[in-house]
Amino acid sequence: MLKIVALIKYTPELLGDRRFAADNTVDRDAVEGRLSELDEYAAEQALKVAESVDEAEITYLTMGPDGATDALRKALSMGGDKGVHINDAALHGSDALATSLVLAKAVEKLGFDLVICGMASTDGSMGVIPAMVAERLSVPQVSYAASLAVAGTTVTIERETDAATSTIEGQLPALVSVTDRTGEARYPSFKGIMAARKKPVDVWTLADLEIDPATVGLPAAYSAVTTITPRPPRQAGVIVKDGGEGGIALAEFLSVQKFI
Amino acid sequence: MSHVLVVVEATDGSIPKPTQELLTLASRIGSPAVVVFGSNGQKAAEAAGAFGAEKAFLVEDATAEEYLVVPQAEAIAQIAKTLTDDGGLAAILFTASSDGREIAARVAVKIDAGLLTDAVDVRAGDNGGVVAVQNVFAASFVVEATVTHGPAIVVVKPNAVAPEPKAVTPVVENVTVAFSDLAKSAKITGRTERASTGRPELADAAIVVSGGRGLGSADGFQLIEGLADQLGAAVGASRAAVDAGWYSHANQVGQTGKTVSPQLYFAIGISGAIQHRAGMQTAKTVVAINKDEEAPIFELADYGIVGDLNAVVPQLQAEITKRKS
Ligand SMILES: Cc1cc2nc3c(=O)[nH]c(=O)nc-3n(C[C@H](O)[C@H](O)[C@H](O)COP(=O)(O)OP(=O)(O)OC[C@H]3O[C@@H](n4cnc5c(N)ncnc54)[C@H](O)[C@@H]3O)c2cc1C
Ligand SMILES: Nc1ncnc2c1ncn2[C@@H]1O[C@H](COP(=O)(O)O)[C@@H](O)[C@H]1O
Repeated sequence: MLKIVALIKYTPELLGDRRFAADNTVDRDAVEGRLSELDEYAAEQALKVAESVDEAEITYLTMGPDGATDALRKALSMGGDKGVHINDAALHGSDALATSLVLAKAVEKLGFDLVICGMASTDGSMGVIPAMVAERLSVPQVSYAASLAVAGTTVTIERETDAATSTIEGQLPALVSVTDRTGEARYPSFKGIMAARKKPVDVWTLADLEIDPATVGLPAAYSAVTTITPRPPRQAGVIVKDGGEGGIALAEFLSVQKFI
Repeated sequence: MSHVLVVVEATDGSIPKPTQELLTLASRIGSPAVVVFGSNGQKAAEAAGAFGAEKAFLVEDATAEEYLVVPQAEAIAQIAKTLTDDGGLAAILFTASSDGREIAARVAVKIDAGLLTDAVDVRAGDNGGVVAVQNVFAASFVVEATVTHGPAIVVVKPNAVAPEPKAVTPVVENVTVAFSDLAKSAKITGRTERASTGRPELADAAIVVSGGRGLGSADGFQLIEGLADQLGAAVGASRAAVDAGWYSHANQVGQTGKTVSPQLYFAIGISGAIQHRAGMQTAKTVVAINKDEEAPIFELADYGIVGDLNAVVPQLQAEITKRKS
């Protein structure tokens, strides 16, 4: 049986009025959260891989505040078997190093053949957790997949980067991260939504992972935000309706601005 | 003075502009050193010397070219130790490419140091540390952050600073790394380089002309390319245009494409979804052409034309030609 663990994050809605809390962390109460759009691709690829082999089990794993259970339920309504929610007050304000430590410990506890991540979270968007988790698990990192296939014990991806498109190959157990080029996530069906309610979701604390609370959270972070300045709103521009001379008016604007 | 290590990604012996920028930032913090991978190291070391590199570490082992990310991370962790023992290491700077970001992530774990990504500026802090400036939440906030443990590992966006030449002859050292088995676990079995278009690079172009679904077809991009070439601009595309197969993913602007910060940005037939705006919000001047006056892109536009791009763009091109002659 292929054991798949998909790492999914609960992130603030993009169109919400995203803000910082008094301690300079992301204010997770200010805006409604959701399953990160970019992790929907991870959930979808987990299902696709599972469908391509004889037998598989998918566990969705998230670390986050109370509401993060919603992200697990959303993923479970697409398919998959169970969810694990790491929820502990001491995790508040964790940096990427601590987050990757906690996720790696939980993945180890679950046991795995394949870990699937999104390419970046839509809030912090550092795009570093997959590499850090792979480093901590000491498994091949097969990341930024625009497409993904598992055959036997080999995972093969197309990695699309600025300079080139590469084919990367690794042996299971391995970690992959997938981009939004891998294909749209399926919509949960009504049946899927009903079924998800009955699927098990375990809640784990730091004690369950044998992690010392003093090594995670804001006080233990290796970086600190010192100042936060809202970018001044853009000055309202000139909007004109084209009455047949729009291109000429635009050329005049570009000329006044010394672009031409 | 402490060292600042700059990671050179190119393996052809050149120092690309974003790396020149890192060297310029490094000079402001400490004594710049570079690490270069591949067989053209000597040439790259000299090129880095032109931007102030005082030391160059050459890792010639082909492992770094045959396997993904981990070999570079192991080599850099080793060099970081050398520099820490030799007067101290203040920071390690990476360019914000996929490889740069992931190598940085691994190095941070290996040497137990704080990591900051997508910096748009880096400077020395008041009490010896390093301060990075970042744009967050689709560039709606500017944040300053410092690393409080270990050398600062900072991933820096292109255009953070104008490169400043400073001629130095670097001390060159060949580095041998005993790569682990893990370093050889994700094999690069094929590689197709992106073909050059002859146009400016998206990430550092002064003008970007972008097209979206409103162009209607791949042929529609001829209009965009024509205008771009008149202005010496780079071509960008929305994800909708890329998903439709009209233009290359390498040209996508936005959350899952590139972030651009040009002097002038054209959004033509682009609605201005939040994921698109995340990649162009910091452009100095924004011009939008869209037939829907309700399109959110107009909220950002310094100059917007509500009209049919098929009429406005050709007229603009003709007018530019006329004014130029
Ligand atoms: C996880 C995720 C990541 C994403 N990342 C990105 C990203 O990196 N970059 C990105 O761009 N998008 C991204 N998107 C997609 C984004 O949400 C939008 O769907 C996309 O930007 C829309 O592209 P568009 O503006 O070209 O198309 P549309 O929204 O369809 O807009 C087309 C516009 O063209 C106008 N138009 C049509 N015909 C004409 C004409 N003849 N003359 C003038 N105007 C005309 C229309 O009025 C309309 O406003 C992402 C989405 C998700 C979920
Ligand atoms: N708190 C979290 N819980 C579960 N998965 C996470 C978490 N943070 C990050 N990830 C995973 O790591 C990927 C990259 O995140 P980041 O490095 O934060 O941009 C995401 O797409 C997720 O797959």
